[in-house]
Amino acid sequence: MNVAEKPVIAAESLIGQRIQKKDAPEKAAGKTRYIQDMVVPGMLHAKILRSARVHAKILSIDTSAAKALPGVHVVLTAADVPDQQPIGVARDHLPLKGERVRSLRDEIAAVAADSEEIAEAALKLIRVEYEDLPIVAGPEDAIKPGAPLLHPAPLDADGQPKALPPKTPIAFAGKADNIAMRFDYTHGDIAAAEAESDVVVEDTFQLHYVTHCCMGVSGVIAEFDASGNLLMYSNTQVPFLHKREFAEYLNIDPSRVRIIQPPIGGGFGSKLDIYPFEVICIFLARAAQRPVKMVFTREEEFLASPTRQPVLLTLRSGCKKDGTLTFRQVHTLHDNGAYTSWGATTPFVMMQTFSSLYRVPACDYHTTVVYTNNPYAGSFRGYGNLQATFAIEQHMDMLAEKMGMDPLDFRMKNAQDAGEVTGQGMTFKSCGFKECLTTAAERSDYRKKHADNIAHRGDPGPVKRGIGIASMLHVGGGAKIYPSDGCGTILKLDDFANVTLITGASEIGQGSETVLSQLVCEELGLPISAVTVVNNDTAITPWDVGVHASRTTFIAGNSAIGAARKAKAKILAAAAKKHGCDETTLDLRGGFVVVAESGEPLVELARLMRNLHFSDKAELVMTTFYYEPPSVHQDKGFKGDVSAAYAWATQVVEVEVDTDTGIVKMTKVTGTHDVGRVLNRLGLEGQIEGGVVMGQGYALTENLIVENGVTRNPNFRDYKLVTAPEIPEMDVTFVESRDGEGPQGAKGVGEAPSICIAAAAANAIYNATGVRIFGLPFTPEAVYRALRGKSEKPHWQAWKPE
Amino acid sequence: MSLKHDIEFTLNGVRKRVTVDVAMNALDMLRDVVGLTGTKYGCGEGECGACTIRVDGTTLNSCLMFAVDCNGREITTIEGLAADPKADALREAFVEHGAVQCGFCTPGMVVQAAHILDTNPDADADAIKRGLEGNLCRCTGYKKIVDAVESAACCGAK
Repeated sequence: MNVAEKPVIAAESLIGQRIQKKDAPEKAAGKTRYIQDMVVPGMLHAKILRSARVHAKILSIDTSAAKALPGVHVVLTAADVPDQQPIGVARDHLPLKGERVRSLRDEIAAVAADSEEIAEAALKLIRVEYEDLPIVAGPEDAIKPGAPLLHPAPLDADGQPKALPPKTPIAFAGKADNIAMRFDYTHGDIAAAEAESDVVVEDTFQLHYVTHCCMGVSGVIAEFDASGNLLMYSNTQVPFLHKREFAEYLNIDPSRVRIIQPPIGGGFGSKLDIYPFEVICIFLARAAQRPVKMVFTREEEFLASPTRQPVLLTLRSGCKKDGTLTFRQVHTLHDNGAYTSWGATTPFVMMQTFSSLYRVPACDYHTTVVYTNNPYAGSFRGYGNLQATFAIEQHMDMLAEKMGMDPLDFRMKNAQDAGEVTGQGMTFKSCGFKECLTTAAERSDYRKKHADNIAHRGDPGPVKRGIGIASMLHVGGGAKIYPSDGCGTILKLDDFANVTLITGASEIGQGSETVLSQLVCEELGLPISAVTVVNNDTAITPWDVGVHASRTTFIAGNSAIGAARKAKAKILAAAAKKHGCDETTLDLRGGFVVVAESGEPLVELARLMRNLHFSDKAELVMTTFYYEPPSVHQDKGFKGDVSAAYAWATQVVEVEVDTDTGIVKMTKVTGTHDVGRVLNRLGLEGQIEGGVVMGQGYALTENLIVENGVTRNPNFRDYKLVTAPEIPEMDVTFVESRDGEGPQGAKGVGEAPSICIAAAAANAIYNATGVRIFGLPFTPEAVYRALRGKSEKPHWQAWKPE
Repeated sequence: MSLKHDIEFTLNGVRKRVTVDVAMNALDMLRDVVGLTGTKYGCGEGECGACTIRVDGTTLNSCLMFAVDCNGREITTIEGLAADPKADALREAFVEHGAVQCGFCTPGMVVQAAHILDTNPDADADAIKRGLEGNLCRCTGYKKIVDAVESAACCGAK
């Protein structure tokens, strides 16, 4: 179209619009190729032999029959990879176990064969002799005096601990106790704060095992080229961290590791660590000198992927008569499982909730993470915050009731405001907490229903109605855990004004490519369809720390905006020069350079691009940007403003409790989220609704049953996910606090919607029945027992180390 | 070692003849023998619906069906729906309503939704929810999927 034909173009914003997900048409047509669908020519198929015992010494492994099976290329045990290095945050985990197994998921041998069937047949031919060891079945057993050690120090020939160089990893040096990690945090004077409290409550809460249940099971393909460079097709959420780590395990330069991420069938934190199967697949590919693909079965996914960490949590909370909170004291015991993954580090997030969700002058927080023979815990959407919020928000209701205060008024009195700096050093530059509280309460008619339900508890009929409220604080501007929390962007425009956005940020289904395209188009005045996103190849994309901490929209969004603004400046300068005007008077709209004030089109952007390119001083518009948020690392006392922004939400849950059967029906969830600013309304709603239902599952139905180290329900029949007919009515609204650092004012939201649901459900069940339940999940059996006074309240001897 | 069997059936409107192992399920046949990977493995035991296909006018979990039992039948997979203009409105509704996130459950959802609308063109939200009960989704919380199917029902899409 000629400029002459084009009428004036008004300024239009994409921000807050409902933008369709860029990858949705492919996915709805079944054309998206996930790792499960990929075929690399010449590839072999791999399977892992896992332990048949919960805790045992391995006396012998005989792989001769498996090796002799036609079609078997490689069989590996620990003895075949003497160079294997420990993985995980504590370096306590060797991918292939040679001397001892510590859980049923433990990897003993692996086979690469012509087909999965042959690999499976080969596994059945491997003979392992075990000598059983006593089991540490739960976290309380782990800290008993004389408890069996999970990682005992190796002994020399004389039975003495082997002399090892300092800093030898736990996997080789062992550990003298079962304590995997400790976290101790304090601010304020607890004793003084308790002394001035008028009301103090103390309770123990018990949080259970759940797991991610990504619809796409875990998988990886590894191959080496003739020069020994490793190419991995991986579902990881953190490709750049893994590139470095895999290089370390293989003792090669990181430049020789390339990671390509095919579309991912669900993440939710499950793909944040390196797991044994990935390293083992690399070993197999190295040994076979062929590409090797390994994909889990669903049963394997249940047995051998990480869990949300089970927690025993004792909380003491106090307040004055006027409703001012005085102190919180927390002791928690976490079941780490046999090895240490990110689950162990969730206290980083949990303590934020205790120290900073509400204003509290004194907070004392202690976590002990212990080794057991159970499946090991990883990171999972919310990262400890579901567990912490479950306890703290029940106590808010309990304190309010003790003082005869309305639970909402009590929360409003202690809620944080913008400008506050918490005891932990978190600085709330934007804070819509109080607006979240009042909005969610008003929209759900919380006050009236709360009072009415109490009044109707004694009415005839088995079904009682309840309403409960809970709020959350979570990082919303990244989290400075690694040396850098940044993300890089490379942006180019072609001769037709189409944009290629090359970003470090991974798409795991959450919609990052769409929101990043939207932010770029907002700057460049182009339709979303003009953007191609490249985001899945470490050989192409610039560095990013990964998908975690609800950081992608905030960090990668700011990075994309930075690159787009540089491109815009270059374009406007070129247009101003060509048309003899001042570049500050120009703007980009609808694919044209326009005069900002009048909207009069000056030149079509595609034409300008070609003019720039095919001129005497030929040039292209290509820009780069690296965004590092202005957050800081916490000090050794866990203090510091670790995120560039903080997200808030209040969720009100309504339930119907059938007191005859114990069945709890979640009828409605009213959620108000301080998201800073709504960017893609469609994607945002999708994140919230999905998170709400995930929270519903955590509260009501999901329970990975682990007894003496054995997972009893590794399937979707017995591990009950919420299904379509069971979802509550959802009323989702947003508070736009316009964070000064956020991209267009937005803050992260990915984890937030799951966090409050179980806590609010607990308060709702209490509102309905007058019975408070301190452990999850609220299955019919658990509720039925609790209503009849037959359930034991969780308890443990809060363990204070010397 | 293993027993093979020749079968013939109609797949997405095209006659197919394949040789399959008698122990093979229809899901593996579609993915590994025929090479259509839109139908997904989610659990292998009929609990998640990711492998939903249409067989002679009804839907079932292809992981629970023997491949040899496809003999003589008419089978439609997501690839068939993707090429069928009558299903355009339904797929577009999934896109428009934000019913897709990671997308792994989506093919099974679309196949099941098409079946719901075929058998009950006036399906309301409750009927749609019941119809999708056997299809698990971990990302969306189902609401937008139900919205999408409901809007396609209103448009008269089949």
